[in-house]
Amino acid sequence: MTNPNGRFGVHGGQYVPETLMNAIIELEEAYNHYKNDPEFNAELTQLFNDYAGRPSRLYYAEKMTKDLGGAKIFLKREDLNHTGAHKINNVLGQALLAKKMGKTRLIAETGAGQHGVATATAAALMGMECVVFMGEEDTIRQALNVYKMRLLGAEVVPVTSGTATLKDAVSEAMREWSSRMDDTHYCLGSVMGPHPFPTIVRDFQAVISKEIKQQMLENEGCLPDAVIACVGGGSNAIGSFYHFIDDPSVRLIGCEAAGRGADTFETAATIATGRLGIFHGMKSYFCQDEYGQIAPVYSISAGLDYPGVGPEHAHLHDIGRAEYVPVTDDEAVDAFEYLSRMEGIIPAIESAHAVAYAQKLAPQMTPNQRIVITISGRGDKDCAAIARYRGEDIHE
Amino acid sequence: MSKIKNAFKNGKAIIPFVTCGDPDLATTAAAVRAAVAAGADLVELGIPFSDPTAEGPVIQEASLRALEGGVTTDKVFDLVRELRQDVTVPMVFMTYANVVFSYGAEKFIATCQEIGIDGLILPDLPYEEKGEFIDSCHAHDVDLISLIAPTSHNRVAMIAKEAEGFIYLVSSLGVTGMRSEINTDLGAIIDVIRQNTDVPVAIGFGISGPEQAAAMARLADGAIVGSAIVKLFAAHGKDAPAAVGDFVGSLKDAVRDL
Repeated sequence: MTNPNGRFGVHGGQYVPETLMNAIIELEEAYNHYKNDPEFNAELTQLFNDYAGRPSRLYYAEKMTKDLGGAKIFLKREDLNHTGAHKINNVLGQALLAKKMGKTRLIAETGAGQHGVATATAAALMGMECVVFMGEEDTIRQALNVYKMRLLGAEVVPVTSGTATLKDAVSEAMREWSSRMDDTHYCLGSVMGPHPFPTIVRDFQAVISKEIKQQMLENEGCLPDAVIACVGGGSNAIGSFYHFIDDPSVRLIGCEAAGRGADTFETAATIATGRLGIFHGMKSYFCQDEYGQIAPVYSISAGLDYPGVGPEHAHLHDIGRAEYVPVTDDEAVDAFEYLSRMEGIIPAIESAHAVAYAQKLAPQMTPNQRIVITISGRGDKDCAAIARYRGEDIHE
Repeated sequence: MSKIKNAFKNGKAIIPFVTCGDPDLATTAAAVRAAVAAGADLVELGIPFSDPTAEGPVIQEASLRALEGGVTTDKVFDLVRELRQDVTVPMVFMTYANVVFSYGAEKFIATCQEIGIDGLILPDLPYEEKGEFIDSCHAHDVDLISLIAPTSHNRVAMIAKEAEGFIYLVSSLGVTGMRSEINTDLGAIIDVIRQNTDVPVAIGFGISGPEQAAAMARLADGAIVGSAIVKLFAAHGKDAPAAVGDFVGSLKDAVRDL
């Protein structure tokens, strides 16, 4: 899907300062070399299987299926991966690539802390230095993840610029990278930023749809009718969609965080409310004002709280291959509680956005149809916040 | 060819940067006039962007102050119209690609020509992406200024060959902001630039005062001073114009006999 200049239709590109150009060209060349290198791929597969615990299970959610009374529902259990989310797939790939490139230091941005924890984990495993940039707001909201990163040996830098959230953490990581490239790789956490990141991250996350396809064919003897995943930057969604893009019978549905509603200002639903723009190295859709100033966004989910979306999603939207639907905080919190009680699985609040939409869609489908929901992460990290949302104050 | 070459006619050029609307547009206008009266050869007008990824804390904070004060692209255009009643030195906009793109590139760049803006500096628009705006720039005689960095290496000649207006040579790695010293071997980069173009070269990023400005101007055709000036607005607010004038005067004095 990527053309040579890193474009997905009109989206993508490399809108970065000249200072960074040779670094991203070097990364692209290294990636193009190693992605076809059998030794690299064997090492990565071993890390995926032995360290991260892949392949992740495709679980038939029988109780939920019966309760909703429509399509058969399967859960792709990325929450069972080491570190508790899909983020580890990308991080192991990038850390291994960085190591092959001779880099000794990883930097990363993080919102809720999942990508930061995954990066700190890979850095510990591979003996690399690690610095994670995290909005100061988020360091307070996600104190446990800050502790985990430090425990794993990473330095956590609270970002106070701008709105002190995920977008500012990305900006600060880019600034840091532009001051130190020789020994440092920027381990970007989603399918965003300048080319080649959207392609690299997608390729490492595509293991999700590769497994779903195999597992569906083995267990059910057919492809799913719909694949549903949450979308912030969009890495678990593109990973879940990728191997189905050329299978037109499979509906691909991305669930955006609508916050208090896509018709309010407190939203992070980029495709529903954003406009084409250029930011963080890419052309894509962004929440912005009429003069192109990036809008402050809001979602209960810190991992979806980003004012843009990956360029490949923007393209899949343009060509009508994937659908993007807004899901509100209220719907996501209901789904968080629903899946916990129905299946005994506490999903990340991000993943709960996908569960919420499946709850609406499944009853409209027939029992011989099949839906796969990607549970991108586990929900332990969200329990305190959801309790607060419900008016209960608990101490972690 | 725009009027930018005029800025390099009278010896080494001093190029101050101001963030438009920090703390308000009247102060920006007074500061530009003070800088020009003190000898500024070209003025860089920053249109603030919410998320300036190539800037250090000083310009980040100024951008936020300006946006909180209600500055918009249209108000900056009005500021330039007003300045052009008497300011004749070349002026360029420095902003981010999304500010131009979201306004409508053709409309933005046509307006630049109409109001007397001579060039455009977009730090997040590298050589590979300049196709985004270059046709409109050429159609409206607005120079799209190229940046060259210490990490450009094999890219210097390619960028220099197509450069227009002037070349913005980034002195150091990282983002804008004052530095105690600049260690990059800029002479070697400038040699490659000179072999590939006659377009003048101005050095920016990290120049904190007259001594550094002189050192940079010895190597190149001019010095760009941003954060050190923007800091005066943070310190003096509406009284900044006088301080800006004094400071630009000291910079110009330092390069006058080079």
